Parts: sequence; C-alpha cells; structure tokens
Amino acid sequence: MDDEISVRIGGDAGQGVESIAGGFAKALARAGLHVFTAPDYRSRIRGGHNFHQIRAGVRPIFAQRTPADLLVAMTPETIDVHLAQLPPGAAVLYDEALRLEDRIRYRLDAEQLRARDLRLMPVPLARIAADHGSRVMMSTAALGALGGVTGVPLDMISEVTRDTFARKGADVVGANLAVAAAAHRVAEQRHGGFGSPLPHGDGRRRMLLHGNHAFALGALAGGCRFMAAYPMTPATSIVEYLASVAAEHDVVTKHAEDEIAAVCMAIGAAHVGARAMTATSGGGFSLMTEALGLAGITETPLVVVNVQRGGPSTGLSTRTEQADLLFALHASNGEFPRIVIAPGSVEECFEAGWRAFNLAERYQCPVIVLSDLFLASSLQTVEPGAFDLDAVPIDRGALVASGTASILGGETSHRTVGDGSAGKTATAHAWEPGTYPRYAVTDSGVSPRPLPGDPAAVFGAASTEHTQDGHITEEVHTRVAMMRKRMRKEQAALREDIRAPRRFGPEEPELTLVCWGSTVGAAREVATQFTATGRPAAVLQFHDLWPFPAAAAAAALDVAGLTIGVEQNFTGQLAKLIRMSTGRQLDRQILAYDGRPFSPQEILTAVEQALAGAEEIHLVSGEPPLPRETEVGVNV
Amino acid sequence: MSSATASSFDTWVKPTWCPGCGDFGILAAVKHALTDLAIAPHETLVVSGIGCGSKLPDYMHVNGFQTLHGRPLAVATGAKLANHQLTVVVVDGDGDAYGIGGNHFIHTVRRNTDVTHLVENNQIYALTKGQYSPTTPQGRVTTTSPEGVIERAVNPVALALTMGATFVARAFAGEPTHLAGVIKQAVSHRGYALIDVLQPCVVFNRINTYQWYSERIYKLDDAGHDPQDRAAAERAAVEWDDRIPIGVIYREDGVPTYEEQLPALRDGPLVGRSLTERAAFDGLKNQFM
Repeated sequence: MDDEISVRIGGDAGQGVESIAGGFAKALARAGLHVFTAPDYRSRIRGGHNFHQIRAGVRPIFAQRTPADLLVAMTPETIDVHLAQLPPGAAVLYDEALRLEDRIRYRLDAEQLRARDLRLMPVPLARIAADHGSRVMMSTAALGALGGVTGVPLDMISEVTRDTFARKGADVVGANLAVAAAAHRVAEQRHGGFGSPLPHGDGRRRMLLHGNHAFALGALAGGCRFMAAYPMTPATSIVEYLASVAAEHDVVTKHAEDEIAAVCMAIGAAHVGARAMTATSGGGFSLMTEALGLAGITETPLVVVNVQRGGPSTGLSTRTEQADLLFALHASNGEFPRIVIAPGSVEECFEAGWRAFNLAERYQCPVIVLSDLFLASSLQTVEPGAFDLDAVPIDRGALVASGTASILGGETSHRTVGDGSAGKTATAHAWEPGTYPRYAVTDSGVSPRPLPGDPAAVFGAASTEHTQDGHITEEVHTRVAMMRKRMRKEQAALREDIRAPRRFGPEEPELTLVCWGSTVGAAREVATQFTATGRPAAVLQFHDLWPFPAAAAAAALDVAGLTIGVEQNFTGQLAKLIRMSTGRQLDRQILAYDGRPFSPQEILTAVEQALAGAEEIHLVSGEPPLPRETEVGVNV
Repeated sequence: MSSATASSFDTWVKPTWCPGCGDFGILAAVKHALTDLAIAPHETLVVSGIGCGSKLPDYMHVNGFQTLHGRPLAVATGAKLANHQLTVVVVDGDGDAYGIGGNHFIHTVRRNTDVTHLVENNQIYALTKGQYSPTTPQGRVTTTSPEGVIERAVNPVALALTMGATFVARAFAGEPTHLAGVIKQAVSHRGYALIDVLQPCVVFNRINTYQWYSERIYKLDDAGHDPQDRAAAERAAVEWDDRIPIGVIYREDGVPTYEEQLPALRDGPLVGRSLTERAAFDGLKNQFM
C-alpha cells in the first residue's frame, strides 16, 4: 500500500504506549499526512497489554484498519499477541534486549518469525535510553527509532518530543532529545526504509485531536460557561480539557461528588442562565436520568454528553459500544421533549459542541449528545478551517433580556436576545395572576424565558406539573395544556432544526449501509471500495436521532437499494427506531458487540455475506484474543 | 413579627400543609428574615427538594425552584456558581438532606458554597405517610420499623460541625421570631450555613410535639454561648433529650467560599458574560497542531 502506512504500537500499560503513539501521530500530521489513531486498552492502570494503531496516508481516514505494516513491540507479549495480525512482509521493531526465546511464556520463536517473512528490526532501545538520558526514557527511544525506520525526519520527532516534555524543564527536554536522536540514528542506519515507506505528505498543517477535545472546543466556541462532571472514562477528557482552559475562557468546571450531583449542578447553572453541560458514560447517564426529567418539565436548557461504552454494569469497561440509543430516547420516567444527536466524526463532535447549546436554548429542553469511546478517543487529523471557533453562531432562543419583561393586562411583552427565532411564535396567553408566567402556553411550545435575578420577572419552577406562572397544580386542564405545550417543542424542532439522514455515495445505490455515530467512518470506506468495483454503494448516516426525522428517513430508504444496518450493539437499535418510526424494516443487519470498533475489512466481508443472503450477521472482531493474560501471571 | 412587613414575599397560593404544621412557622420566618435583610424577591433563589416542606418556595413570591428528592443542594450549587450574586436559600427535609441527599450534604459542607440550608427536620417521612427518617430516634416504631428503628439517628448538627461547616445552627419552628433571627445570621454569613429546624409533624410524629420541644429547648444566646468557641459548640451539638439547645451553635468567619476561589468568577457572575465577544480562540487550535 503505497499511499498509506499502518503502525501498531503495543506494550504493558504504563510503558508509554500512548505517548509513543501520540507523539508519532503528531509527527506524521506535521509531515502533512492525514492521520487516524485507535487506542485499545484495558481497565487497569499498570500492567496488562495495551496497543494503539496509527494509520497515516495521503487521503482523509475515518476508521481503523487491520493488519499493520509495522509493529512496535515494547514487550515480547506484544509480538506474541499481534503476530497473527501481521501480514507477510510486515516489520517488527523491538528492543534487542527482549528475550524473544522466552518459550515458557510466549509462543515466539525468531526462526518462526523469519519463516513468516517478517522483517525483525531490533534496536537497543533500553541501552540508548540509559546511555543518553535514563532508562525511563524508553518510550522516547521507541519514538525516535520509529521515526528512523519510517523516514520521519528527526527534526519532527524532536519537535514533538520538545512539546511533550516542555513542562518538565530544560534538563528533561535535553535528555529526551538526545535519546530520540540516538535512537533515530541507530534505527535509520540499521533498518531505514523498510518495506512500506512513508507516503509523501502535502505539507499542510492540520489539527490532530480526538472527538472529546473537538467537542470541548465546540462547546467553548458555543459559549459553554459551566460544566459539572464526575470522572468516568471515556468522557473525562472533556471536563479535563475545559478545566485546563477555564480561567482564560470564563468557564467554571466542577468535579462533582457523583453523577447525580453533576447533572443537577448543570441544571442549576442552566436555570439561572449559564450555558451548562455535563458529560459521562452509560453508567453515569443511568444515574442522571431522574434529573433529565427535571430539566424536561422545568424547561431547562441542559446539555448531557453520553460517551458510550460497555460496563459497568453490562459490558466491557474500556471498550466501545453504541448501545444506549434507545435508552437515551426513553431515559427518565414520564414524558417530556428532548433532542438526541449523535456526531459521527471529529468534525461533527466540534459542531455538536456548540449546536447542542443552541438547540437546548431554542427548545428549552435537555439535549443528549451520544458519542462513543472510539470516536471520543481516536485521534484524527482535521483541516484547521473545519473549526472556525469565531464564526460559531449563538442562538439563545426566547431568552428575555433582563428588565424588559412585563405583565400587562393578561399578556406578556418581552424582548428576546440572540436572534430569538424560536421566540417568534411565543405569544403568551392568559395565566393566573401573580408571578411572571415563565411557562406561558405558546403555539411553538417555547415560552419567553427570563432569568432569576431579573427585577421584572420573578418566577417559580417546579418538578411537578405547574401553572403557567410555575405554581404546583394537579388541575386537569392545566396538566393537559402544559403537556401539550411542552410536547409541541418536538414538532417545532422537527420542522426547524432536525436534520434528515445524510447520504454519502451515489444517488441510486445498489446497497446502502445504514449507520449512526462513529460507525459511519468505516462504512464510508467500505462503500467507496464497493463503488470502485462497479457496485454502487452508499452510506446513510442518521445524525439527529430524536425527534426522529421519519418522513426524510422513509424517503431516503426508498432509494437506498438493499439496506444493511451496521451497528455496534446486539439488537440493532437504529433499525428498531427506523421501524418504530417509519414502519420500514432494514433488509440486513451487521451487528457487533465485542467492544472492538469496526474495521472496514470486517464490514466488507460481512456485506458479502449479507449479499449472499444472511439476514443478520453478528461480527466478532479479528482483533487478537488475549487468552494468555492469566497464564503470564501464573508462570512468572 | 407582622405579616405586613413580609408582604412583598406573599403570593396568591395557599399552603396545603396540615393545620398546625411546623412549616407555617418556617415560611413566616423565611419571609420575615429576607424582608429584614432588605433582599428583594428577584434577588433570591429558593431551591427545595421534595416533600411537604419543599413546597415552601411555591408559597412565596420569589424565584423558586422545586427540584428532586434529595437534590436541591446540587442544583443550588450550580445556580450559585453561575450567578453568585443571587441569595440562594435551600429548603428541604430531613429525608432530602440527610438521607437520599446525604452525599450532597457532606460535599456541600466541605465546599463552603455560600448557600443557606434550612432543613425542616420532623424526624419522620410525612408525605409518604409515616416511615422513619435518618433523624428518627433509635427504637421508634414506624410503618417501616414495626419493631423499632435499629439504626442510630443522624445528628446533623454534630455531623456538619465535624465536616468543617462554617455556620451551624439549630432552631425550632414553634419559635418563628427566633428562627427568623437565625436565618438572618445564616443568610448574612459568607459560606455554607446549616439550620436544622425542629419542625413538629402533627400527624405522623406524635412524640416530638410542640409541647415535647417546648419542655426541652433553651436558647443558646440566653445561656451565654459563644458560637466562636469550638469546644462549646461541640458540647452543644451533642446535647439532646432533656435539654435541647437552639440558636447559632458554631460560626467561623472569614473562610473563603468556594466561588470566591474560582478564577473565572473574579470578574463577576458567569451569567453576565457575553457569549459573542470571545477570548482569542487561535491559541486553542494551535494546541492541537
């Protein structure tokens, strides 16, 4: 493959696999290549095998790929585990001090490796680290050596090394630079220009970031002022990033005592007027569901990000999944309007960051953003122009400027801030005398919203049914009127803001892969390959999932050819939603729930099976199983 | 106290509390205290939980927010961080504060967020008709403890004190004038202020009645208690049964509040910031290049 290189780096947790991968990905990006990385780790801090795969090429990449052209092995176990994934001609870079002949614990045998046409590239990583810096700089040595064998110039390796250690002072930077340089030189001399040379980049500078950072940037641009969260992988890097820039960007981040507190704090902050959000994963989202209802009935603009993964309590803690869709649609008791969106790429994560706030304020309801571990933590290059932070539109909906609300003879008058387009039809009708009619019944369902502190508009908010001025009531006609008012917001959102599913590929495809979330990346690659072989294939991406764009979905499915759902769950949740909302059933389903992200190759194979007639294909990833983990512990 | 002085907080809604409920005294005291402090209804946010007493903001002309059972402290914390110029008062019950919301109670205390926390402590779950609460005395027979409560009761005052609360008080709903005085001190205090209000439930708690309390309570002020004396506060916190002290048990001034220590709040409340006049974003993108 001349236009692409695929490198896999593996080792024990704590050995710096992530920093090698991050540094190498950054160097490749600075070399002008498109980069995509996929981390793979287990639920532990030290020990246990982790790996990270990096793809780089001359065209944008949206998915991972197996196998790898080059394996960087920090332990013999790395080679052992990934051997089956290496194609003939692949190379293995490792510390020459590793005892590959340790047959007690590993199946490895240097002769066998050579027999498989693998190119072994030992480099004295530990010795170089010790000689030029210290033994702890093994990962820097590995990064340098990786640059040396792949042809990434030393100055790019040096630049990322400098960035990585800048905070630790000149001595540490200097030592690491020396280690990187020595490793780069030795590796280049011994093994330079291995089988898959580095493709030539276009020299453009691109951003390299993952979905969580992109989301956080979008949120900042969108005026996020408050975020409360309880740390939960893989959502945590959102609050960590915002905390790191909070002081300069007018943001308060609060590490709350639990997820319930986190969502309630965000509701409190949003209630008084700050754009506020929380982020968590499925288990934390489960805890937040009661408060989601509170935001619904009090019409509080709340943004909740659910970065999906398995477990606790139902799956694999450090593995990706798209299994909370139907849960998000129905989370919390009772009924209230909500909006659910699911970005499928790093660029869409950025957009979701600000768009979620606009939607939440326009419709004064909770907005749930469904991401997933794979999207949240895969680094990807994006064109800097794709993120125009200064141009992000801010729409605060029917927010009433302080002091301008008044109650005159049974009608409210108000002036809205922002473009106020959601407030256009927000004409208030009659209400009981007293405080400001915060929940005035309007045609759009959206009521003019003053903020606590406004001298012209004192109001109450209640988690139980209430009158237009916010007082608790059980009166039947008020209940009916308020339910209808609130639920009208979903129709308004559907009319004005909810996106139709997006099609990638030819207009009259023979087959269409139907996806949501990060699966879209791999599916697009598959569709492109099919189309290139003369069988026009498309991808239909459902981005806005609730209120569900049923009419647009039906129209798109009408011209989709054979429809194949591709989802990272057991039950085909999007397919169910489509069927529930349109009455249409997808023709085939490709489902995976092993926690590993889809690779285009496995979808491709499954599509062939689907075309051959298999209605439902349950995929098991080709990733290497790790049966020996416990055996290692026993034998050592 | 006369109701006329507190009329700016009056509203058309009539309380649904049982005749004789301790909550009436608490409502009157809150209105009176805010009036005396010259805090206007629009400057106030009263956040409550779920239960009889948590209907209180519904019976006042004030920015009210009834939330979920046990969660008002968390909601109030977010509100205070977003607009620290609001006077934030949390009103909830013993179940909210010390049971389902116990975790939020612990962490709000140690955070020292500037909110006044009034707990209507009737030692029973009343709106769900008579189950024991975290403050129900050990041995008390209720519908969920037919053989008597096995657990020891929470002592909220002692708990708050040991966790580092900067203002801890106990008051009695049958003494609304005294309660109003305590509320005024609590609202004026910079930092988290707990007022555990002994509040007779006339239907489900036939033991801790107005009379039962009247025979036992005494005012710390009258006894010459110095609320800045930590050792005296610790003694008063555990005094119960025969003699029950009411008033400000402990007060520590000058401890920075949580929100005072946040760099992002130094230029004023978050809600006042423009969303369109942005700080330079270029640096943010460069971090990822």
